[in-house]
Amino acid sequence: MADTDILIRGGRIIDPANGVDRTGDLLLSDGKVACVDTRVAETGARVIEAAGLIVCPGLIDIHVHFREPGDENEETIATGSEAAVAGGFTSVACMPNTNPALDDEASIEFVYRHASRANLCNVYPIGAVTKGRQGKELAEMGQMDRAGAVGFSDDGCGIACTGLMYRALQYVRMFDKPIMQHAEDPDVTSGGVMNGGQTALRLGLPGINPIGEELMIQRDLTLVKETGARYHVCHISTAAAVELVRQAKAAGMPVTAEVAPHHLLLTEDNCATFDTNFKMSPPLRTSADVEACLAGLAEGTIDCLATDHAPHGVQEKELEFLSAPFGIIGLESALPLYLKVLLTTGLLDWPSLIDRMAVRPARVLRLGKGTLSVGADADVTLIDPDIEWTIDARGFKSKSRNCPFDGWKVRGRAVTTIVGGQIKYQLEPGAD
Amino acid sequence: MKTTRNTKTTKSSPLPAAHTDLGKPEVVWTRRHLLGLEELSGEELEHIFRTAESFQEISTRSIKKVPALRGRVVVNLFFEDSTRTRMSFTLAAQRLSADVLDFSAGKSSVTKGETLRDTVRNIEAMGVDTFIIRHSAAGAPHYITRCTDCNVINAGDGQHEHPTQGLIDIFTIRERKGRIAGLKVVIVGDIAHSRVARSNFWGLKRLGAEVTLVGPTTLVPRAFEKMGAKTSYDLDAALKDADVVNMLRIQHERISSQVFPSREEYVRLFGLTQERLRGTKPDLLIMHPGPINRGVELSSEVADGPNSSILRQVSNGLAIRMAVLFLLNQASGKN
Repeated sequence: MADTDILIRGGRIIDPANGVDRTGDLLLSDGKVACVDTRVAETGARVIEAAGLIVCPGLIDIHVHFREPGDENEETIATGSEAAVAGGFTSVACMPNTNPALDDEASIEFVYRHASRANLCNVYPIGAVTKGRQGKELAEMGQMDRAGAVGFSDDGCGIACTGLMYRALQYVRMFDKPIMQHAEDPDVTSGGVMNGGQTALRLGLPGINPIGEELMIQRDLTLVKETGARYHVCHISTAAAVELVRQAKAAGMPVTAEVAPHHLLLTEDNCATFDTNFKMSPPLRTSADVEACLAGLAEGTIDCLATDHAPHGVQEKELEFLSAPFGIIGLESALPLYLKVLLTTGLLDWPSLIDRMAVRPARVLRLGKGTLSVGADADVTLIDPDIEWTIDARGFKSKSRNCPFDGWKVRGRAVTTIVGGQIKYQLEPGAD
Repeated sequence: MKTTRNTKTTKSSPLPAAHTDLGKPEVVWTRRHLLGLEELSGEELEHIFRTAESFQEISTRSIKKVPALRGRVVVNLFFEDSTRTRMSFTLAAQRLSADVLDFSAGKSSVTKGETLRDTVRNIEAMGVDTFIIRHSAAGAPHYITRCTDCNVINAGDGQHEHPTQGLIDIFTIRERKGRIAGLKVVIVGDIAHSRVARSNFWGLKRLGAEVTLVGPTTLVPRAFEKMGAKTSYDLDAALKDADVVNMLRIQHERISSQVFPSREEYVRLFGLTQERLRGTKPDLLIMHPGPINRGVELSSEVADGPNSSILRQVSNGLAIRMAVLFLLNQASGKN
């Protein structure tokens, strides 16, 4: 037994992939799960006492923006990885809307290189569907696939051209990887800065018509039916879109979806003070949409929770609402927010929450993770479900501070994050 | 001013005697900023109007100046072109003996390479008291209140609000009709993109008028009904028992962006002509916040006719803006 072995003792082990939810010990050895049992003998491994803690497969966020290359002042792969492990995430997938975009083999390799240099969490690159994310010509998806891209997306904008989307779906079938669509039809949404609803009308801000999301998904579903390609709806935000995904799943189509924390907790009303930390894309919608997203998540129509972690510098966000960029950070605040809106309300229990935060995200991108089966990668998150703390953006590991939940009093936090059998994060004792 | 019936000012009390009225304990003005009419109470609106009435008289004097804001500095911070609003504010400030600084910039501070926050803080560091801001971005004045300790007056933020124009229009109606409550007011034009419409609507609704918004379906969203307005696409029907009609300017970009098919069609459906006035009340008050597109929103005949209050709105602009500058500076607590 190597001296790098870790024995996690007496925690509540939740491994939904194997239907496990019980108190016990977990032994990690050589970067893999070695043993799960009621009692594992101490054999010189480093012991972590986990009584009162949740012990689960490492959390996975399949939608983050790490800004590298191009906007390293906002985030880097290294600082983003730090934020990830501090939030309990052992794997993340980063979107290709960097500058330049991740649209070829070299840029996919670049991400892996920087991720391994940071050596904190697994960072998986998502390649662009089109060259430069311009929506005009297909990017070299085959070469990116070989380099390790886990999915394809032009996230930041939808693929507007129907013919191109059709071809992309046809082509991507060769690689069994999903097209992850930012569903927004620019013909009806461009120029908008918040949800095109009652609040936008009142504030005189140009609205993003919510039918834009529905229209694009509707079109895409027709194309998915035709091509059989895997299709994933990023950051779903409207009731109509949830219904479309529900119907598609009922029809047996290879469709998945994710939702972001802010679309479960906030509404367009939060924009009323023109605070740019409430400006994101897709925008905050109505309470009816929030209810639909919560219901979709509870019943499994929405597969994954994903943060859409989108860092922006203070000087960029401190602008008029009209001019500020879209997006907020999420990695370090997501877990307690999910607990607040999903667990304390009884919508999900612990196993189903871990299912949406680890098991299904791994499945959407075929990561081969999200489980504590013996022999699986030793990616483990320890969560203290009772710790009370206040979200303080100034203390974040992320380079950016654009967080609308700053100052919220929350409960529950990742206390230890283990990636590949190594402890990558530990909450300092006494930290608020 | 041939169209103005009301040239006399009955309130003869000279300043500062009138100002002692303002300190009445039952109404105390406490706001340091005027950002919109949505948040103002009926009492606050009335307080502004009474203050404006007391200032109207100053404009009839041979020496049109009082020392109310002597030593105060007012900054016109205009990020959007404006001649009339800026002149009106400047003159209002000067009549109160304030010093006026003018700042003009392109449409967005971003293009200048300086953020709005930095621009404001730099000017504030020179020792100024009041910012009057016009900006193409809704919420820009609200943002400025978070960057500075000065008073902030919204002189038009994007498509959100233009509170002093709303006050002027309502003040003019009040002057001509003697009341607001129970009046039927029709606002016609590009409601969706109009800050003047929003400010008018909130103030009128607060004071008990019934507001109908009229224009093409592409420019008058139904959702306004949830705020308490009526909407209509039939101008003749809406005008039938109206007491006031406020015709909003149609921007040329709306014509080019195909929100309606042609200028001619707009005029035919929504232009106010002498012919269209036939079916209306004889004392229908006709307003326009300017500048007018003659032959589009209004025919020349109507614009210059006896029911038009267009120029009176402009003169009332001074009194309203003096009142707002005065009240905000009083509330700022600086002395």
